[in-house]
Amino acid sequence: MDADGDGAWFDGLDLTNEEVAARSIARGEAASPRDWPALAVETGVVTDEATYYRRLQAIAIAAAREAVSRYEGADDRQVVHAVNTMDDLDRTANELAERVAEWAGSLGHDDIAGPGDVARLADREPAGMLAERLHDVAQTVVRMREDRNTLASTIERTVPEFAPNLSEMAGPILSARLIALAGDLERLAKLPSGTVQVLGAEDALFAHLEGHAPSPKHGVIFTHEYVRGTPPAHRGSAARALAGKLSIAARIDHYSGDYRPEIHAALDERIARIQERDA
Amino acid sequence: MTSLPSGVSRREFNGQQRLATRGDPIGDEPTTNGWRAWDSATSKVAAMLDRDMAIGLAPGQRVLYLGAAAGTTVSHLADIVDVVYAVEFAPRPVRDLLAVADSRAGVIPLVKDARQPDSYAHVVESGLDLLFQDVATREQTSVAIANRRFLAADGRLVCALKARSIDVTREPEAVFETARAELGEAYEILAAERLDPLHRDHLAVVARPRPNDEHEG
Ligand SMILES: C[S@@+](CC[C@H](N)C(=O)[O-])C[C@H]1O[C@@H](n2cnc3c(N)ncnc32)[C@H](O)[C@@H]1O
Repeated sequence: MDADGDGAWFDGLDLTNEEVAARSIARGEAASPRDWPALAVETGVVTDEATYYRRLQAIAIAAAREAVSRYEGADDRQVVHAVNTMDDLDRTANELAERVAEWAGSLGHDDIAGPGDVARLADREPAGMLAERLHDVAQTVVRMREDRNTLASTIERTVPEFAPNLSEMAGPILSARLIALAGDLERLAKLPSGTVQVLGAEDALFAHLEGHAPSPKHGVIFTHEYVRGTPPAHRGSAARALAGKLSIAARIDHYSGDYRPEIHAALDERIARIQERDA
Repeated sequence: MTSLPSGVSRREFNGQQRLATRGDPIGDEPTTNGWRAWDSATSKVAAMLDRDMAIGLAPGQRVLYLGAAAGTTVSHLADIVDVVYAVEFAPRPVRDLLAVADSRAGVIPLVKDARQPDSYAHVVESGLDLLFQDVATREQTSVAIANRRFLAADGRLVCALKARSIDVTREPEAVFETARAELGEAYEILAAERLDPLHRDHLAVVARPRPNDEHEG
């Protein structure tokens, strides 16, 4: 038995006490797995492997049930804040990084040519008072980028919980952006698909309504491979098809919440047909 | 149409040949003589078997499944193998996964994050025969690499990389190329096939862990 938490889930436990054992499954950890079933038999925790698996299953089910019962539901409104913050971090980090790169160039760091090189500068030992300040800011940029990435992971984890169809179709991040642009999932679900198609292109839309620009064919959904990957001549159709299915996905997610494979297959087919057309 | 693992068979359902496994049906899925239809349009593992990819699946095995969701694929695997550790972190599908575990011996549900194998390495054993990776997120390759520690030296990684989850803005081919290069550092890729049109922009990969220990995450 390891004192440092590197042991089996059953270490030191009486397996008939399901509650305690379930907690060990939920909270324990180990750096590397071992042949736990064999070990359990060897140490006399159980008489044979078949019994081991039966016990483990019952206790794992109890632990999973407990984990699920604590679940309160992810909040689409929290995701709106999260994705907006992520975008702010992106923009701010980039702006700062550009500034840092410019400053670094003037201090003789010839290899720090653009915002992408700032991480390297943050790793470097500063020489001099001004270089130290620059170094601090470079580290701020790096931290902001880290925050941005953890935020992205969190969004990727939460959006599929309350919008399984939307996130299957558009990926969790783009889904979060659409929800944020609409306000929340309910509002997105109620938007006509023509509006979904141009969400994020509001400036272009107003210009069009005022009569001095063509009508926009797509908003943020432009980043989706189904739009970008379609030849320009058919992008409008692809964007319309995608927006139509995204609307359906948002409605299913909002009103019923179950995953529907068939709507995804239908979109895939539709896009394949559009992309087959001659340019 | 040759090399289906034993325990998997092609059966006729409503006049259509479909893959099937033998076990208690879940919900109102189609069955015939104790065989349950295994839908290759929704299960990527079924799609791989349907195209005769050798994934190394066989009765008696112990496997780890990452991204178990509601447990549909897990339930079919459990019809074939002895033990399936089923990892899923989203509480919602876990409710259905629990129903699968309740009805089948050998299904061990774990509400854990596949990016943090430490959080279940005290439960999931080492030396597993197969590692299925179906988390469908941006970190698909790093998850496959971090979970290599559970595989036996001659075990197999089976995964369907989903381009759109890794990067919705890049061309699938470009995404796959990067993913293969990343995977290639920890695994030797034995087979890779696109699952289109059944699963659009998915690349099915079968791989074997490289012998060195450098990539034990
Ligand atoms: C494509 S679905 C799996 C479908 C399922 N395997 C089937 O064939 O029936 C992907 C699942 O992975 C889960 N997932 C995503 N990231 C995960 C992570 N880091 N850890 C555990 N589960 C994850 C999602 O919640 C989702 O249920």
